[in-house]
This record gives sequence, structure tokens and C-alpha cells, in this order.
Amino acid sequence: MSVTRSSSITRLRRAAKLGDTASATLQRALHPTRNLGFPWRAPTRPKGVVVVDEPSTLGADFDTAWARKAPARAVRRWVLTAPLQALVRSIANPEVEGIDRLADLLDQDPLPAVIFAPNHHSHVDTPLVIATVPAEFRRKLVVAAAADYFFDRRLKGTLAALALNAFPIEREVTSRKSSDELRRLIDTGWSLVIYPEGGRSPDGWGQEFKGGAAYLSARTGAPVVPVFIDGTGSIYGKGMKRPKPGNTKVVFGAPLVPEEGENTRRFNARIEAAVTALGDEALTDFWTARRRAAEGTNPRLTGPEHSSWRRQWALAEHRQLGKAGQRRRQNRRWPDLG
Amino acid sequence: MPRPGFVLEVDRSTPPILFWRGENFSLERLPAGRSRVIYPPEPLPAIKDIDGAIRHALLNPYDQDPLPAQLFPGMKLTIAFDDVSLPLPKMRRPDVRQRVMEAVLDMAAAAGVDDVHIIAALGLHRRMHEYELRHALGDRIYDAFHSRGMLYQHDAEDPDNLEVIGTTDHGEVLEINKRAADSDLVVYVNINSVSMDGGWKSLTTGLASYRCLRNHHTGHTLQHTRSLMGGREHSALHQSIWRLGKVLRDHGPKVFQIETTLNTDMFPEQFSFINKREWEWSAKDRATYLGVTKGLSAMPVKMRRKMFHNIESPHQMTSVQAGDTERVHEITLDWVYKQQLVPVEGQTDILTLGIPFVCPYNPDSVMNPVLVMCMGLGYLFNMYRNKPLVREGGVIIMTHPTYRDFNPVHHPSYIDFFEQVLPDTTDPVVMGQKWEQQFAEDEWYRHLYRTGNAYHGVHPFYAWYWGAHGQQHAGKIIIVGGDAPTVRRLGFTPASTLDDAFEIASDVVGRAPTVTHLHVPSLLVADVQ
Repeated sequence: MSVTRSSSITRLRRAAKLGDTASATLQRALHPTRNLGFPWRAPTRPKGVVVVDEPSTLGADFDTAWARKAPARAVRRWVLTAPLQALVRSIANPEVEGIDRLADLLDQDPLPAVIFAPNHHSHVDTPLVIATVPAEFRRKLVVAAAADYFFDRRLKGTLAALALNAFPIEREVTSRKSSDELRRLIDTGWSLVIYPEGGRSPDGWGQEFKGGAAYLSARTGAPVVPVFIDGTGSIYGKGMKRPKPGNTKVVFGAPLVPEEGENTRRFNARIEAAVTALGDEALTDFWTARRRAAEGTNPRLTGPEHSSWRRQWALAEHRQLGKAGQRRRQNRRWPDLG
Repeated sequence: MPRPGFVLEVDRSTPPILFWRGENFSLERLPAGRSRVIYPPEPLPAIKDIDGAIRHALLNPYDQDPLPAQLFPGMKLTIAFDDVSLPLPKMRRPDVRQRVMEAVLDMAAAAGVDDVHIIAALGLHRRMHEYELRHALGDRIYDAFHSRGMLYQHDAEDPDNLEVIGTTDHGEVLEINKRAADSDLVVYVNINSVSMDGGWKSLTTGLASYRCLRNHHTGHTLQHTRSLMGGREHSALHQSIWRLGKVLRDHGPKVFQIETTLNTDMFPEQFSFINKREWEWSAKDRATYLGVTKGLSAMPVKMRRKMFHNIESPHQMTSVQAGDTERVHEITLDWVYKQQLVPVEGQTDILTLGIPFVCPYNPDSVMNPVLVMCMGLGYLFNMYRNKPLVREGGVIIMTHPTYRDFNPVHHPSYIDFFEQVLPDTTDPVVMGQKWEQQFAEDEWYRHLYRTGNAYHGVHPFYAWYWGAHGQQHAGKIIIVGGDAPTVRRLGFTPASTLDDAFEIASDVVGRAPTVTHLHVPSLLVADVQ
């Protein structure tokens, strides 16, 4: 009995040793420089020495010019567009309205640069807008993306720039460099998708609009196309771990340009009102939305000014009215009984 | 800068000329030295900021206050619009009517107007299908108003919803849609493709009853309408309509007329050869022509028809004006003539016309034999100002397959008209006296008109009357390529080829007649000196 027990322990020890050896070999293969020092690895910094920082190439300084050159554009157009559209269709099943309002812009030769200003609830919004704007605009379309989120790592930034033609922009205070570069892009015929809310909705309701789209339009003369997106918050809203396929609606509004003597703040308010009216139109109908717009009583995108639980309560009702209320038929899953 | 219209004197080096043949084309050689071809002016440039122009027109109307000043809370506002018969082919979305109506509705919303009704001004035309309403008005207006019962189609046979406005000094009764009659303001949204449309004709025919329309839609009136596209002084029809318009102005609701004109850019890029002059066809145009004609010949008729009716035309707005009906219409006519007028010297012995696949009464439908007559003699023959292109007693030659084929949903009374009336008489006055009332008062036709998508029972008579002047004016009418028994039923002469037709015509106009070909499309009005 004791002989049998001793041989089992020996076998276990041998197995453990073998496992350790295999693990060490694997670690060495995966991280070949771990046990190597400088110069294989970065130098350690001596105490009391001031090292001059190299200029950052991440965040707002991430270089995306290559993504607007012919090879990257060709990859997007011929390789990535079709899978992107298929992905959007499978996840978001978009219903698109209001493209006819862009007819005058599409008739112009050359095609003018346009600033698309949608509300923002989800990471799905950007692929959705790219997939649903008329193809003429898609060919020269840049997306303003949060520098601190999309461009904080080189690989992430490169993928965002290649797949979405994303351009880094600070959320809070836009630097002169970013705005000058965006102006230059618009002046050279690039259309822009910019989310005036500055980021995804934290609670499912919209946020106040920031003045970026209005500022760029006022400086470049490019028209702003208000866009309302409904339903993406329920598909992959902020805080959701994985996407949950559903239905969405994208409504394009009539292009807006600053009126004579209109300052950026007022123009921004007009853009917000236009997106708000489109939101009402998406949930009710054109006439109801126009009447309420004239009275200034379109339901606000920012939701009711209640305490937090009542806002959430109202949000559930609000979503039932929209596309999120129309859930797709789920395949019934039976338990596996073996 | 678009080139103006042009008259080509045909010589030996002139290439064959394009003729429509219903849902196909052919190239025909015209006799050199005595033939001419009238080419339409090239399309005028479209307005760049169409929505801006519409808004400007509504805020700066002619001889009326700006539209917002005429709108107030609690008022009854009725918006009427031209039906599916315009424009041809249907225009690419967004349709001009949608753009104008959205601008009007924006102003109505701003003024707090709740009671808005939108009415399709059909007259005795067929009711529009949902997809046609959506195309003309856009999904936004359709979805918002139709479900509330605020968007509907005029019914000229609904006694409860018609109201007599008054009577002219010629005894003509003006009876129009009751909702429009009771409104504080009627906004009429028009598309003016040809000069005979628009003005008082929009409202006094589009929203009128059969009782009202029968005043002037008669064989006698149309025989005395010597220039449908020219001045009112030569058109008995328009004189009657203008008398009714005066009754409307004096005793009816206030009317805010919005008229628009389109350019003649009628066919998309894949049919670009249609709009070109033959000697300017590129290798691509020639290849397209060959491919299209061979392809069409191999297709069944239904498929060809479907293909043509699915065309969405790129034509665009050249002008928009609003305000007082008569003042607005004068400006509209200037724009129409600016686009369509071609000066032509003198009349001709033979007029040749290629008949296309569509006329105002068969959008998305069959061009039946009665409509071939209507399109040839009612519309294309009448595309003149001053004098007809063909001399009195001359010959009109049309090219069309003229199948004995009808759409029973849209044109049920046309079938009986063809089978019962035409074997009896082709004289518009005689058929009006003998047969019109029977068709107009037939309960089954009335039911189909009111509840289905059928033209009114009397409509084939009106289509026939439309060609009354041409029929009376021409010494002989020949249809090339048509089904012979069907052509004979219309009272015309069939011919296999254009050369045969010239041979047949020589009995009337001699051995060396002059020939004029009207190169349509695009639309043109020959200003015959």
C-alpha cells in the first residue's frame, strides 16, 4: 500500500517538474527579451537625471496622414467597405431616411465637403454612419475620433485610422493644431463625421452639443448635415460588454449653413435643435416633429430633468417608442438534453 | 450655355434620324432636299439652391402677401398638388412637389396651423397608388398625413364633398372639392411641363367635378381649340377655364398658386443618345443604341414596358414662382417657352412623329390604342404656337406598334370604348352626343374610379377629344408599324415602313411633299411663322 502511494507521489513530482520546464520554455519563446538587459531592453533611468521627453506620437499627435493616401483609401474602398456594411447590417439592421434631403449636395460637381453631425450612443455609430452615408461622400470621409480613447496605443490607432479613416481630436479643449488640420481637410474636399456631444452617452440620454461642428462650418463654409441615430444605445451602449444585435434608424436632415451674422454658439444651438427635431421625426412623424419644432417643444435628446432613477425609467419608455423597442425575433434555444 | 432649338435641313449626308416606336426606337432616313428635323433646345441649367429658391418664392410672392403672413392659428389650410400625370418620366427623388410642400408645411407649422389637408388634384384621372404618392410627396409627408386621414385624393363623383362656387356668364357651373371650397387658403403646388397646364386649369380641373369638367371637355370645344400650347385667344378650352377661374377668384376660396418649371433633361445617362443630335453620337452612343434596341427587341413587351416606366428622369427645376394665379402663370409660361420654343419657318405637307412609351394618362401602365391617338394628335400635333406644323389637309405619320392591349385596372372604360364606340364612330362630336353620357354615368366605372385605380368612365372620350383638332386638320393619318386592324379601328391607315407611309401619303400630298419631323424627346414647341 505504502509502495503504491510513494510511486504516485514521484509521478506527480515528475509531472509538476515537466510542467514547470514547459512553462519556462513557453515564456522564453513568448518574451525572448525578458531575461535580457540593455540594450535589448529599454534603459533604466538613473536617479537625479532629467531626461528630455521625446515628442509624443500618440493621442492627438498620432499621425494619420497615411490613412488618407491612395493605398489606404483603396484598401478601405475595395477590401473593408463590404465587410463593414455586412457587419453593420447583421448587428444594426439600419433603416435609412432623409437621404433625399442631400440631393442638392449630391448634384454638385465637384462634390462639396460636408460635416455630418450625429448624436452618439455607441461605438456602432461610426460604422453605421459610414455604411449609410451616400457612397459619393464615403469615398472622402474622415471621422473625428477621441484622441484619448482611439489613439492611446499605436496598434489601436493604426487600425482606427485604416478601417474608419479616424482622425484624432481632443474631447474637451480642441487644440489649434487639430482644428487647423480639420479645416485643411475640409478645404481639400474631405467630408467629416463629428459627434457634437463629444462622446458616447453615459446613461442612454443625449448630451449637450459642443461647438466643434458649428465652428468648422463657420470657418470653412461647409454645410452641416444633422443626423439622428436611434437604437444603437441598446446594441452596444456605453458599459455593455458585448454587442446585442438589434434594429436602428438613421435619419439625415436638411443641410444647415450659418446665417448672416449668426455666431457659432447660435449656429450650434440650431444644429442641436435640428438633430432634436429629427429625433422627434424618427419616433413620431414629419408633421408632428415640424409643429413641435416651430413651438420649440420637441422632446429633448438630453431627456427629462429628473433624478437618476426617473431618468432611467423614462429612458425605458423612450426606447420602447424607437427602434430599440422593436427587438429582432430571437432563435428559440432549447436546453441540450444530451 | 445650352444651345437653342434648331431646324435641320436634311441632305444626302444627314444620318438616319431617331424615331420612337413605343417601347423601342428605330433610325429612319428622311427624303433629302425636302425634309427638315426640328430639334429641341438643350436643357436649361437647373437652379442650384432649389430649397432656397422655393423659400424665396413663398416669402416674395407676386401680387399677394408672403405665405407666412396668410397663415394663422385655427385656419383651414388645403394644399392641392398635381397628380401622377406629371412629370414624365417621373423625376428622381426628391420630387419638386415634395420640396415645395415641405417648405409650405414648415411655414404652416411655424404659424401654428393645425387643420391642414393635402389633396391630390386628380380631376377624372385615376387614383394614385401608395408608391406613387410616396414618390411624389416623399415618405415623410405620406407617413405623417395619410394615416391621419389628412392626405387623400380628390373624388369628382362624391356629391357630399363637392360644392358649387358659381356659374359663368356662359352658363358653365364651377363645382369643386368641398374642403377646398371651405378653406381659408388653398395652396396649389403645380409642375408645368407644357404651356397648356397651370394657371386656373390646375384648380378648376384638378379639384372639379364631372359636372364642371363636361362644360369644356367636349368634342366641339377641342375642335375649336386651335392652339393648346399657344395663346389663350386661340384656345376655346382655355377661354372656358379662365371664365371659371374668374368665378373662383370672385366667389371661391383664396388661392396661393405655386408653379414650377422643369428643364428637359429627361433621360438618364444610359439613354443619353435620345437627347443628342444624331451626327453628334459618339462611339459609345452608337454602341448603346445598338445594345438597347437589340436588347429591347429580344424582350417581351411587358418587360420592356416595366423597364421604361421604371426610368427616373434627372430633370430639375428651372423656376419657381408663387402668388396670384394669373400673374404667376404668365411668368411660368415665359420659362416654359424659354425652354421649349423653336422658331420654324412655314408649314409642311407631312408631319412625322415618333410616339413614345408614355403619355400623361398611362404612367406605369399600357399605352393603349386610344392613348396612341391622344399622344399623337392631342399632344405632339399640338406642340406649336401660331399655326400647326402640318398644313391643313396634310398628312400625319406616326410610328408606334399600336397593340390592342389595355390595362384593365387603370383603363377599364377604354376597353369598352374601343370595342363599342370606335366601330360606330370616330367623330368626337357624334360620339359625345351618342355615347358619352352612357359611359360617364355607368355605375361600375364610377365605382372603379372612386374605389380602385381606374380612370373615370368618360375619360377615353376626353382622350379622344384631345386629338379632335388634329383629326379634323389632317387629310390622312398613317401609323407605321402598328397592328393593322387596330390602326384601322382608330380610323387611321396602317403602313409597314416609313417609305410605304410616304407612298400612301402621296395620294394626298403628291409625289414630292415637304416633310417635317418633330424630334421628341425632349419637349419642344414649334413657333411656326
